[in-house]
Amino acid sequence: MKTVFAKSKPGRKGVMPAVPKTSAAKMLPETLLRKKRPALPEMSELDVIRHFTGLSKLNYGVDGNFYPLGSCTMKYNPRMNESAAALPGFTAAHPLLAQLPEGEALVQGSLEAIWETERLLCELNGMSAFTMQPMAGAQGELTGALLIAAYHKAKGNKKTKVIVPDAAHGTNPATAALAGYEVVNIKSKDGIVDPEALEAVLDDDVAALMMTCPNTLGLFERHLPKLVEKLRSVDALLYYDGANLNAIMGRMRVGDVGFDVVHLNLHKTMSTPHGGGGPGSGPVGVSERLVPFLPGPRVIKKADGKFGLEYNLPQSIGQVTPFYGHFGVYIKALAYMLRLGGKGLGKASDYAVLNANYIRKRLEGHIDIPYPQICMHEFVASAVTTEAQGVKALDIAKALLDKGYHAPTIYFPLIVKECLMFEPTETESKETLDLFCDDLIAILKEAEKNPDALHAAPVNLPVRRLDETKAAREMVLKDDV
Amino acid sequence: MPFVPHSDEETREMLSTVGVKSLDDLFEYIPKDMRPKQFALPEGMTELGTLQRLQGMAGANSTVEMSFLGAGFYDHFIPAAVDAMVSRGEFLTAYTPYQPEAAQGTLQAIFEYQTAICNLMEMDVANASVYDGGSAIFESCMMAVRATRRERIVIDAAVNPLYRRMLHTLTDNLKLDIVEINCDAGLPVKEQIIAAIDDSTAAVVLQNPTFFGNVCDYNDVFAAAKAKGALSILSVNPVLQAVLKTPREMGADIAVADGQSIGQPLNFGGPYLGVMACTKELVRQIPGRIVGRTTDLEGKTGYVLTLQAREQHIRRAKATSNICSNQALCALRALIHLCLLGPDGLAAAAERGMELARYAAEKLSGLPQVTMLNAAPFGNEFALRLPGNAAQTVSKLLGKGILPGALPGKWYPGMDSILLVACTEKNSEEQIDALAAALGDALGGKI
Repeated sequence: MKTVFAKSKPGRKGVMPAVPKTSAAKMLPETLLRKKRPALPEMSELDVIRHFTGLSKLNYGVDGNFYPLGSCTMKYNPRMNESAAALPGFTAAHPLLAQLPEGEALVQGSLEAIWETERLLCELNGMSAFTMQPMAGAQGELTGALLIAAYHKAKGNKKTKVIVPDAAHGTNPATAALAGYEVVNIKSKDGIVDPEALEAVLDDDVAALMMTCPNTLGLFERHLPKLVEKLRSVDALLYYDGANLNAIMGRMRVGDVGFDVVHLNLHKTMSTPHGGGGPGSGPVGVSERLVPFLPGPRVIKKADGKFGLEYNLPQSIGQVTPFYGHFGVYIKALAYMLRLGGKGLGKASDYAVLNANYIRKRLEGHIDIPYPQICMHEFVASAVTTEAQGVKALDIAKALLDKGYHAPTIYFPLIVKECLMFEPTETESKETLDLFCDDLIAILKEAEKNPDALHAAPVNLPVRRLDETKAAREMVLKDDV
Repeated sequence: MPFVPHSDEETREMLSTVGVKSLDDLFEYIPKDMRPKQFALPEGMTELGTLQRLQGMAGANSTVEMSFLGAGFYDHFIPAAVDAMVSRGEFLTAYTPYQPEAAQGTLQAIFEYQTAICNLMEMDVANASVYDGGSAIFESCMMAVRATRRERIVIDAAVNPLYRRMLHTLTDNLKLDIVEINCDAGLPVKEQIIAAIDDSTAAVVLQNPTFFGNVCDYNDVFAAAKAKGALSILSVNPVLQAVLKTPREMGADIAVADGQSIGQPLNFGGPYLGVMACTKELVRQIPGRIVGRTTDLEGKTGYVLTLQAREQHIRRAKATSNICSNQALCALRALIHLCLLGPDGLAAAAERGMELARYAAEKLSGLPQVTMLNAAPFGNEFALRLPGNAAQTVSKLLGKGILPGALPGKWYPGMDSILLVACTEKNSEEQIDALAAALGDALGGKI
């Protein structure tokens, strides 16, 4: 499809937001003005509507397609969430209103929404406090790492290293490095963190261990109590990457088992839409000993029941966002949590785990499943058998696209060869899962008989396989019409 | 139970396929002593009940009909077509475009967004956006630190104080030397900024218009930075950028902005988007997602995420940043907003705000004992010096349903009498007349 720049017609107008009487040239000296108007598209409103409606049709989305995408929790995004977030009382509020003298009275509803969201997340996760400031999971991780650093600094601990298991998400080591720590990787054993491997690298320099549970193989980290004990012996903290929270709601609370810091990805567990890659929201929860270091200002409920902002936080790490984080995103999570309640959230996790195990069982014997035990909300398969015939995980992924499914996560975690990672989520029905398994099994059979057909996939989508090497080499990163 | 489709019979069939008797059996791996100590979440609600509860909260916010509050975040008009387009499920519920064949809509939109941003800033490369204007400044400083292998950042105090605070927090554990140069009556002191740029300086960070609304030209500062081998980072207002001298014309290496004012509701602080663009020399240093144009097997044009070797999922601890997401849906809003307005519409929004700001400056500074903070040129926002404490005046006017502006005294010592007044196309001459009358009354002791 032509770009908006190729479709632009000089002089065509869409929406004029205002009719000024004075031109910029009459208001500012020429030296402060740009020489020519920016080359933005000139389109009618209908041109714009047609263009973006057309573009939308080139996309898969949860509304139209099943996404068995491991570690990404592509559950249904209830439309109710969107209605809640679009309430004008919420969208129109300027963030600085709350910081004006007597301004808190003007935004009691927004402050209550933040307070309530934090309170629900605390109870769900067994943490002492939450901050809604981090704007996405990766920023939540960085906030967590900064909180860990502040804790050690306050105690006079000299810590230089963060331990990361090999199955961890890529953001974990990147975050630890960005927070100024040396990253120490440890190998898993039987798919989970090995207390002996931890022991081998554990010393007084270790600030924290970053892990997720269940881990990215979908396995429960059953040595957790032992890990907690070892870490405590050197005053190191335990960090929980909340990407996989959808497996354990109501079955385990990370605070109860000894995690000190947790970040959540609300676009995963709490059903806020992915939006094609963002915006996310990455609230961070902490145990009691880290509460003084949380970013500020913090939302409080006063003795008279009114909500306010607390700035007097002498040990706070500061501010990771200009205001209170992605309010317009986490209001959707609040709507979801209120709607489901404790029982509903627990049930979401139960059925997420049932659905994952159901697919795992249905695929048994058709594809190699390296960790065949009962899994949690996701599991990994390995395309080693088809690879022997020249059909790689990537080919299977592309063949699934052809059948109307988004591909599973591939080549992650890095420790499984030709990895395909499946996470169906609780919102998919049995018949969707059955059809998916039938289609995937048919693809695996096709791989034996006719591998070339899979190499050619996809053929039913707007484009065939794209040349990524060419993109990186030629670096055409904007439209020079 | 909402959003779980399983009938009891289906649940039984599925449990039997898995080979367990109950859902509880699926969690037998969790030892008893690791189960929740308590789980006292409230009962669930109907959709109607949930929405009524949230409507109650939204209704507990007061609407200020007449507001001149800006300070970097502006209440601009957003055409209805923006919401209509971004609420399409194919955009809203799509995943990150890692499978490009099934995400050409998102990918082409980002490519178009990158182009629009490059054209607005006159830069060569833009990424697919970062979280907000503050994180864009932080990421730009990190780019400069990597590119120059230096550790000193010189930043002007007329850069948004909230962004400076974020920069301090986010870099606290790194060995960076962040030097802030105080401003004089809200204006950058160029001689002092230039004097602070030395051979160890990675970057100089400036803002145009400044936090106090002044429009500046930084050619001389950026030339001095270049002479010392430091990079120049300029934070701008994307609406005013329709008419103001571009970052390229000033000699900046990296241009950043908060994209809030192009198509994003104020939303009590977010989500917005961090706009980032740079010169082609820095393409491998810019963090975050970038979309490139390519062709498919049959030679047909298509789009992919490219240069991914910079990113965390490939490079892990050696990545250019830990950032994973972009503000995809906000960037889409910004793009659609820019397409609907076009160059003339965006300039009209800028000029209307500037025209009203001039009307307001004349009216308000004409009041007894009220003066402009400085005489320098300004855009759609300007700072006034009031006789006495500005916070008290704001309280009085709020009682009349008028929010006259922001209070820089919160962040700048000695500025308790300063009021920062912003205008957009949503304000009017009539509103400004009412503001002037009310301010006159307040200062005259009548309210």
